[in-house]
Amino acid sequence: MNPAPMQRRAFLASSLALASGLALPIGRAGWFARAAEPDGKRLIVIFLRGAVDGLNVVVPYGDDVYYNARSSIAVQPPGREHGAINLDGHFGLHPALAALLPRWQGGQLAFVHASGSPDPTRSHFDAQLYMENGTPGRGALPDGWMNRLLGALPGPRSAGRAIAFGPQVPRILAGSQPVANLSSGNDIGKPLAIDRPGVSQAFASLYDGNDAMSKAFQDSVQSRQQMQADAESMAAGGGAEQMAADNGAPLPNGFPSDAAKLARMMRQDPSIRLAFFALGGWDTHIRQGNGEGQLANRLRPLGDGLAALAGGLGPAFDDSLIVVMSEFGRTVHENGNGGTDHGHGNVLWLLGGKVAGGRVYGKWPGLRPDQLYQERDLAVTTDFRLILGPTVTRHLSLPDQTIATLFPGIPAGSVSSSLLRA
Amino acid sequence: MMIKAAVLVLLMLPVLSGLRAGESPPLAPLTLPPEAETTMGALHALDRLGFGPRPYEVEQVRQMGVSRWIARQLNPASIPEPEALSLQLAALPTLTESNVELYRRQMMLNRDKSDSGQEAKKDFDRTVLQEAATARIDRALLSDRQLQEVLVGFWFNHFNVFRGKGLDHVWVGSFESESIRPYVFGRFRTLLEATARHPAMLFYLDNWQNSAPGSHSRQGKELGLNENYARELMELHTLGVDGGYSQQDVTELARILTGWGLRDRAERGPSRLNHGSMVQEADYSLAFDPSRHDFGEKHFLGHVIKGEGWREFELALDILAAHPATAHHLSFQLAQYFVADQPDPRLVDKMAESFLKSGGNLTVVMRTMIESPLFWSPQVIGHKFKTPFEYAVSALRASNVTPARMQPVLGLLGQLGQPIYGIETPDGYKQVESAWLNPDAMARRLSFATMLGGGRLADQTVTVSDAALRSVLPYTLSPQTERALGENDAKLRPIILLGSPDFMHR
Repeated sequence: MNPAPMQRRAFLASSLALASGLALPIGRAGWFARAAEPDGKRLIVIFLRGAVDGLNVVVPYGDDVYYNARSSIAVQPPGREHGAINLDGHFGLHPALAALLPRWQGGQLAFVHASGSPDPTRSHFDAQLYMENGTPGRGALPDGWMNRLLGALPGPRSAGRAIAFGPQVPRILAGSQPVANLSSGNDIGKPLAIDRPGVSQAFASLYDGNDAMSKAFQDSVQSRQQMQADAESMAAGGGAEQMAADNGAPLPNGFPSDAAKLARMMRQDPSIRLAFFALGGWDTHIRQGNGEGQLANRLRPLGDGLAALAGGLGPAFDDSLIVVMSEFGRTVHENGNGGTDHGHGNVLWLLGGKVAGGRVYGKWPGLRPDQLYQERDLAVTTDFRLILGPTVTRHLSLPDQTIATLFPGIPAGSVSSSLLRA
Repeated sequence: MMIKAAVLVLLMLPVLSGLRAGESPPLAPLTLPPEAETTMGALHALDRLGFGPRPYEVEQVRQMGVSRWIARQLNPASIPEPEALSLQLAALPTLTESNVELYRRQMMLNRDKSDSGQEAKKDFDRTVLQEAATARIDRALLSDRQLQEVLVGFWFNHFNVFRGKGLDHVWVGSFESESIRPYVFGRFRTLLEATARHPAMLFYLDNWQNSAPGSHSRQGKELGLNENYARELMELHTLGVDGGYSQQDVTELARILTGWGLRDRAERGPSRLNHGSMVQEADYSLAFDPSRHDFGEKHFLGHVIKGEGWREFELALDILAAHPATAHHLSFQLAQYFVADQPDPRLVDKMAESFLKSGGNLTVVMRTMIESPLFWSPQVIGHKFKTPFEYAVSALRASNVTPARMQPVLGLLGQLGQPIYGIETPDGYKQVESAWLNPDAMARRLSFATMLGGGRLADQTVTVSDAALRSVLPYTLSPQTERALGENDAKLRPIILLGSPDFMHR
């Protein structure tokens, strides 16, 4: 059933043969192999580690309790200085996310409020683990739901189909399917010392087995060849067009520039189906600010980066679904230091060409003490699995049974309306 | 205030006695299984209780006796430090400055708001951080107190603080030298308090802001609770996430911890408020501010704690440090780091028992682990995948190379996702293979092996010989390594050995 290891070995052999005598083992073979894959839909997940304060991202400015609970950190209503941007008369968007407004107006950005994991933990690490392996309350599953998703996708196994930005492969992408990771956006496609002739062959022979290290090595060879080929063809053909897409503006460092790079790669190379970013710095226990301040300063590059990603994908944006999620929300009441502590319900973001956007979905539970989870946090009225399961599988044209593969033990129920347009 | 402080110090004296830093019971000879006293046993000891052998060191340890070598490692004061290390450290003058001195210098520099003044401040910040990180590598590389340095890395990671959070960039190094290194062979209770009192921790997990609801700052601002430190203190530092505490315990512990913070700037002269220090370095920029403390009664983990002020903090740490869940959590963490990603539960239980029996004596716990046959089992030896730090340091030790510039090593650690003092979240770096084995890591580790093995790392002058490298590896290598060695010429052999699966494991 699974011819993948054989194929990979053959592929490696052919590309290494090509590479002999070259400083850079550029794999043209890889390019042709990928061209055979049908132009697919893409999924990009952005995980905000540390629990972003969803109540200040999509602000319930129509709810007086919100302002009573947050005397110094509430985002002011639309129309005030540094006030929220009105979304639907009840909710407003944090002003630092203004770059996303055109996507909202274009019906390509939606939110599901009061969503999250049903598990009560307020531990960052457990909550992230559950959201990544897809089984709230159970940490035992060794792989992540994005890796299982990769296994459910048609097409050949290849390390370049899923990319994690960062020096480690996060739990969400860990598992039996090969994935690539990029520790730095700056040297993609640049040669390393192992690309020296002789050395690359010696290591290819040392790591030609089926063990975990050999697989990691083989995946690195394959994905680096793919990146190098992409970098080459971008330099050869796509450069001028890309300059236009970037509007000539140099992007600031950090997420916006990584996001723009990813957009370029995914646009260039349709075989990249899944991508993952983790961004930190959301654990705002002190002085998080309101319409401006610490949280605003974190949200701005996130919004700018998402806008750059959406724009940079160009026509591929139509085929892309971008999810922004976080392990749990934060307390409704601000704490003693102008910050918020660990909470429960949060807001999940969906951005993409086919998202039925321009709406804030979800059942709003209210913020009065009797409406809160354990009398302190926004309640979870929509299980994140019920958002992601149907939406992701439908987006990627996978059968309904896949939902249970991604999220074993998913409860019955569904989101009231589809989050994707027909 | 002055009088009160003096009284408090007196009150603490009984607790102080018998809890001095580095204290450990007289060392009886270790009882090791016979397989420990072999060449493989010596290699295993050097790999797990140190950062890997230097050329021909395995044989030296075997001749000396593995048990004797370990007994000395457990009592580091008995081991003189090499001159090469003193020379390296002498070139890093900010290392010997206390957290208070570092803070004062930073504040003085910060007063000059001109461009050049701010540049000088940034320079200072960079230098302090760079020197601390360089010293971490220098010690791992050159110190003969190898187990001490391994434990410093372990416990720093356990009580992680992050260089990127505000003032912590000048304090991470002093946190290591003031709150970690002196206590890794002592009682856990002492280590716990040393970390709890350090400004790097108070700042990192926000407790310096944690105040009684309804209290006010000097500027009249209304203050309140901050749960951050209380939660991580239980979840990560002591009980563990399944340690049986509730949200109410988090809130109650936060109330207990109210008022523990940093001295106001005006107060940061010579130490004035230093309540009952159990730690060597008296001056911690630390203060207990009764006006921000919640004096109500607390119900914490089944104990009733009366509102007595600063003593509640001591009581809470007593409860946490002596808790069976803490014994189990710490034993698991140690066994996972030193023995196996999924440590044998029998070993963890035995260590936890020893923790509770000895009153949390960390040397005794380590001894229990090392004396267990489970530590020396064939399923354990050579089966831990090295973290990036362990890989880089062990490769340099095996090659006998002390880089003239640390930048390439620090850069590699950054690329591999383990920059020194660079993890933002309080859980620290993971210690298991799944966190570190990935495609990009392989490419970068092998590139490092290529540079080092080829003699091209950072103005390298030492040529790496494959005979020396063979002496730090098991006599029998994996078949694929033997095959690759046979297929390639002498120039590539050191590179292959450093990049081999055999060398990537310890």
